[in-house]
Amino acid sequence: MAATPNAVQRLNALAGDGVQRVYALAMNALGLIMEPAQKLLGVRRMAYLFVLPNLLVFAIFILFPMLLNVYYAMTEGGNLYPQDRPFVGTANFERLYTCTDYGDPNTCLEDRFWRAARNTGVFVFFQVSGMVLVSLITSMVLNRKIVARGFFRSVYFYPVLLSPVVVALIWKWILQRDGVLNAILVGVGLDPINFMLDGTWAMTWVILVSIWAHMGFYTLILLAGLQSIPAELYDAGAIDGTSTTQAFRHITLPLLMPTMMVVLVLSLIRAVQMFDEVFVLTGGGPGSATMLMVQYIYMTGFGTQNPRFGMAAAASVTLGAVLLVATLLQLRVGRGSERHLA
Amino acid sequence: MTAVGRFLTRRQNDGRQGARRWTVADVLTYGYLIAGVLIMFGPVAWLVLSSFKTQANLLEFPPTLLPLAQQTAEVDGYPNPLPLFDVAFEDGGVARLAQVRRVGLQAQMVDPADPGEIVRVAIDQRTPVRVFRLATENYTESFSRFNFATYLRNSVIVTVGATLITLIINSMAAFALSKYRFRGRNAIFLVIIATLMIPISVILVPVYLVITQVGWINSLWGVIIPGAATPTGVFLLRQYMLTIPDELLDSGRIDGASEWRIYWQIVLPLAAPALAVLAIFSVMWRWNDFLWPLIVLTRSEFFTLQVGLNAFQGELNVQWHYVLAMTVLTLLPITVVFSLLQRFITTGIASTGVKG
Repeated sequence: MAATPNAVQRLNALAGDGVQRVYALAMNALGLIMEPAQKLLGVRRMAYLFVLPNLLVFAIFILFPMLLNVYYAMTEGGNLYPQDRPFVGTANFERLYTCTDYGDPNTCLEDRFWRAARNTGVFVFFQVSGMVLVSLITSMVLNRKIVARGFFRSVYFYPVLLSPVVVALIWKWILQRDGVLNAILVGVGLDPINFMLDGTWAMTWVILVSIWAHMGFYTLILLAGLQSIPAELYDAGAIDGTSTTQAFRHITLPLLMPTMMVVLVLSLIRAVQMFDEVFVLTGGGPGSATMLMVQYIYMTGFGTQNPRFGMAAAASVTLGAVLLVATLLQLRVGRGSERHLA
Repeated sequence: MTAVGRFLTRRQNDGRQGARRWTVADVLTYGYLIAGVLIMFGPVAWLVLSSFKTQANLLEFPPTLLPLAQQTAEVDGYPNPLPLFDVAFEDGGVARLAQVRRVGLQAQMVDPADPGEIVRVAIDQRTPVRVFRLATENYTESFSRFNFATYLRNSVIVTVGATLITLIINSMAAFALSKYRFRGRNAIFLVIIATLMIPISVILVPVYLVITQVGWINSLWGVIIPGAATPTGVFLLRQYMLTIPDELLDSGRIDGASEWRIYWQIVLPLAAPALAVLAIFSVMWRWNDFLWPLIVLTRSEFFTLQVGLNAFQGELNVQWHYVLAMTVLTLLPITVVFSLLQRFITTGIASTGVKG
């Protein structure tokens, strides 16, 4: 957690005197509320006042909606206000989960939900494994003694900062029928491919583009993990005549495992939630070949003339349950990795 | 030249053991890095190059690398500039002529130096004369439909406002959770941790209802406030504040400082590194936020850059020359900020990874 002193100095230099004065002014102004409150409440109860703003926003915009969402999932109709929505119990869930053959989305009542679920499964599996692999290789390359490491590190990180809409448009332009990629294919004597009209190609590119856009983030985390491995271990290994492969297997991998787990779980959760880039790049198409779960929720509840809020809520309760399991898994893994470190 | 070569290939051991040879691993390493530069920057560079192409130039297949536009010439007797072509005659002669009009497979052309006489040329005998030109009109013309200044202002308000509010309320909560003992502390912390990974996209419908009730549809507040109480921020700051010794707080109390003063004059400055990391995250989240603003903001005067760009590309699906130009404009601010602060940002994020 130690940010370098260099970073702090830069921040200070950037902030400067003026910002400090504004900071003191604003904090003194807030103190006009907080200091009399302390006289009123006493020191001990000030803690409640300190958590209050965050707790209020949290309760109104996260906790309450979460509970309300479960109620929504048990009502139907196009009315937004809960009092106008007829209660239907588990009907939405029953409809959502009704299939004659779970292997074939076409046999399900809500075939789009199951298609989205299957697409999300495919997307998560390939995107996360690709992401971990590419980030690991990149971080190990960056960890070697190289010229201009800072520059290369920034190169891989740059797309992380680009907004999903920009990322999607960049690649939409490259991948279109008369785009530069097809020009290259024709140039080397192959036939051009209409990537966005073929379901498999579209999914492949959706996965590759999202790896392109986010790998820099995980590379940085893994690089920090690699750099925290003491160099003495490798020196000792070298004295004992350890080969590079052996050093990787017996020093790097085990010591990097906790960081790898963080990367794995973070990228897993982010992949399950994926929406923006795919939505702008393919719109879920062709057909519904790249429609992911969050897009299904958005389309069912908002992106349509006849919103079905109940169905959207039922789908999101399902997704929330999956994410909760993933989170619990991470807490478990997190505790495990702490033990591992200690 | 050899000095440059020696500099480029110099490695850490140089000097002590003399220049080491390049190993296979070195070649692979630099090959990987250079391929990385091409793959990471290439698409962005291609976007920028394309955004300066004329509509005609964009429709070409295969595309040209650089923006090219047909050269035109002012010819006496014609009000508009005429496009120039190189014409290869059947007798083997070559001339640079201006095209007056095209009729079917024939083109009527004149010599710019001698505009009196019209020459008829078959269209497959001529090739356009093209020069490098940046089609800046892509940018200037789309301004009438893409309200960049408004979208940028909205994005900046949302990003800065939300980040400031997040920093203040998260740090206040983290201060209470790390420095006080009170009933309900553990319960509050547990509930916050449990929602660490639940994104707003899972609770779209009810949050939308709440926003409607509060009257924040088509208001920037509706974008700023719901995501301000980030569980990540509270968690990050609390973990950091736990490392600040309580004695510092007690000595402040002995000096008669109020709890609020202890918070902002002692604890916050000491937590600056963690606050900086949270600030970076918050700016990234808010600047790039798309789904939630898309739902809350339906009137274009409230659009953020991302929502505005999405609407713009939806409206003009085939007019790539405008869409590309506005995409470049949208990625410009974050690129400038990143190039100024890249060291700070990358070290900051790397530092959260290990214990985040």
